[in-house]
Amino acid sequence: MPAIKEPFATEIQRARRNTTSLNLCVLRISVARKAHFAGMARSYGNLMKRFAALSLTALLWPGSTALAGEWSGYLSGELRAFPTGPSEPRQHGNNLSFSAQPEYYTEWDDGRQSITIVPFARWDQGDSERTHADIREFNWLKASDNWELRVGIGKVYWGVTESQHLVDIINQTDSVENLDGEDKLGQPMIQLALIRDWGTVDLFVLPGFRERTFAGIEGRPRTQPRIDTDLTQYESSREQHNIDYAARWSHYIGDWDFGLSYFHGTSRDPTLLPTTNANGETVLIPHYEIIDQFSLDLQATLGDWLWKLETIHRSGQGNRNYAAATGGFEYTLVGIFDSSYDLGLITEVLWDERGRNAPTLFDNDTMIGARFTLNDADSSELLLGLIIDNNDQSRMLSIEGSRRIGQRWKLSIEARTFANAPQGSLLYGMRDDDYLQLELARYF
Amino acid sequence: MPKPSLNLNPASARTHSVQARSLTGSRLKIILPITLFGLSLLPLTANAETAEEKGLAIAIKADQLDTGWGDQTADLKMVLRNRHGQESTRKIRSRTLEVEGDGDKSLSIFDNPRDVKGTAFLSFTHAIKPDDQWLYLPALKRVKRISSNNKSGPFMGSEFAYEDITSQEVDKYTYKYLREEDLDGRPAFVIERYPAYKHSGYTRLVTWMDKEMYQPLKIEFYDRKKSLLKTLISSDYKQYQGKFWRPEKMSMVNHQTKKSTDLFWSNYQFKTGLTDRDFDRNSLKRAR
Repeated sequence: MPAIKEPFATEIQRARRNTTSLNLCVLRISVARKAHFAGMARSYGNLMKRFAALSLTALLWPGSTALAGEWSGYLSGELRAFPTGPSEPRQHGNNLSFSAQPEYYTEWDDGRQSITIVPFARWDQGDSERTHADIREFNWLKASDNWELRVGIGKVYWGVTESQHLVDIINQTDSVENLDGEDKLGQPMIQLALIRDWGTVDLFVLPGFRERTFAGIEGRPRTQPRIDTDLTQYESSREQHNIDYAARWSHYIGDWDFGLSYFHGTSRDPTLLPTTNANGETVLIPHYEIIDQFSLDLQATLGDWLWKLETIHRSGQGNRNYAAATGGFEYTLVGIFDSSYDLGLITEVLWDERGRNAPTLFDNDTMIGARFTLNDADSSELLLGLIIDNNDQSRMLSIEGSRRIGQRWKLSIEARTFANAPQGSLLYGMRDDDYLQLELARYF
Repeated sequence: MPKPSLNLNPASARTHSVQARSLTGSRLKIILPITLFGLSLLPLTANAETAEEKGLAIAIKADQLDTGWGDQTADLKMVLRNRHGQESTRKIRSRTLEVEGDGDKSLSIFDNPRDVKGTAFLSFTHAIKPDDQWLYLPALKRVKRISSNNKSGPFMGSEFAYEDITSQEVDKYTYKYLREEDLDGRPAFVIERYPAYKHSGYTRLVTWMDKEMYQPLKIEFYDRKKSLLKTLISSDYKQYQGKFWRPEKMSMVNHQTKKSTDLFWSNYQFKTGLTDRDFDRNSLKRAR
């Protein structure tokens, strides 16, 4: 979740004083943003052209079976019902949305080289910011005996815990998709993996930064005040052109899987600065700082117990260095009630060194959850998660369930509720945004 | 997401037990004449061998005969049928690497149903200690180490449990020879196996082992309450590399739920040149 910089009141006063200069700043930023898109287009243009040419060749090659790629993907319809009226009249009510994510894959060189293309698009009835498109993946991969090279737009996941994903930093979160932080925007990257007996070292050059998406004026759930992405600020003078770097060593020894990572570059989660925009509306500005982050993720798989830890140390965001961690366990009861059902019990503690002043939802929280897996032909499952703030007792409850229908359809249900949020907190803005979501997806 | 597994051929992956290993290599030349000599004395010595020893000997022989295939790939279609006869299908590609002195390594890639397409499952099997297993979830690009304790749980919602489809090392069971009898006109040994590993859903498995192929023709599974749970019939065996027998069809019927699952194997290939590198967490991530 995004961070609100404290102290709130002082920031607003300062922002009001600086309205004029901020507005100028807005102008400058919007110009810069246009220039940036041109720059993005230029810098990835050549690469893209080559990919496109290659993939077209692959697609259109007459009679080629070796290069004939395969298509897969899904089309999905989603309905969100909000039982309560919105906190702010501009926000929408019940909402319909459609999305599509086709995927093209082709390989050659005996499977050692491949191209993956995954575009994504969503149309949303109520929120213009949620109507968006992205290239999730468009990359070329070359795999050799002891190294792999990936060039293009890709997606990388690091981490082990369920309640939040502290360590996962390569890709920006596409947070208009879902609050769980698991939907990601495609990240331009050059990734070199060196595969050795003592583990894998991944080296990343990340040219180009993706801004986090946030719910628009009409969007729900969203913060109050809203986050105005037209006013985005960067610490780096190169803004979205800043080149970020990352390295990771991952390995496993016996029952222990671990990863040690380092990241230098533009923080994926912005600090949110309250200000007044040109229309006199109080909004939050995403401010992206340059950070250095070391992290560890660790899982011990000991029989029915999975023990998990993610911890980070970050400098460069705000005026102090800090550590944060998520840790806990998942214990699985196999075959409960003398059936083939499994029940997983999850407990995680979420902690941030900055304590109550931490500009995060999860400074000192406990997550308890249950994962119910039927192990049936339709892959039915249900996941319940409750995150409780240990200080103010505010609560977020989420329920996610899904099952397959026939061979190609999948029905998912999701509910989120926000309760007990104290005034002024990020969660308080979502107090009326409890929702129930039904999603039906067709896979092809 | 149910945890998938590979290595679905019970004959495909076996630990070389100490006994089996001692028969390979340079000692083979010496032991072989002795064994042949020993076989000629069999009618005289048979009484000296207990039913347990005889059962174990058959298992070792089966293991020995199925050693040396190196690596194997195959395509698998699973047809699940519920008690009303409604069907659903899964398609999986499997790759297996024979490992000397331990259980085999396997990688399974799911093509169907389409919502789990691209899901891949990596397993390092062991005889007695728990297997090491990783699952790759393509939507998140997440590699997840998973517990291998749910051996008795259904594989992909089918009537095959995980323990039915992982490699069948000699040390995983204790044995007892029961009798010889013909099954559909083929002479077979009937042996009982008792799981020696933890978390099994079975108390015993009665196996009809073909006397020529040393491959199972039929297995009856008895649950924790000692009642008959399932019957597996393996058929349409073909020989590969002049040595290794593989079934093209495996039919499992659950007598308690009346559900059934058929496995159809095709495109078996051996010694394709796979190495350890094709069975690591990196290859799991790019498995297609």
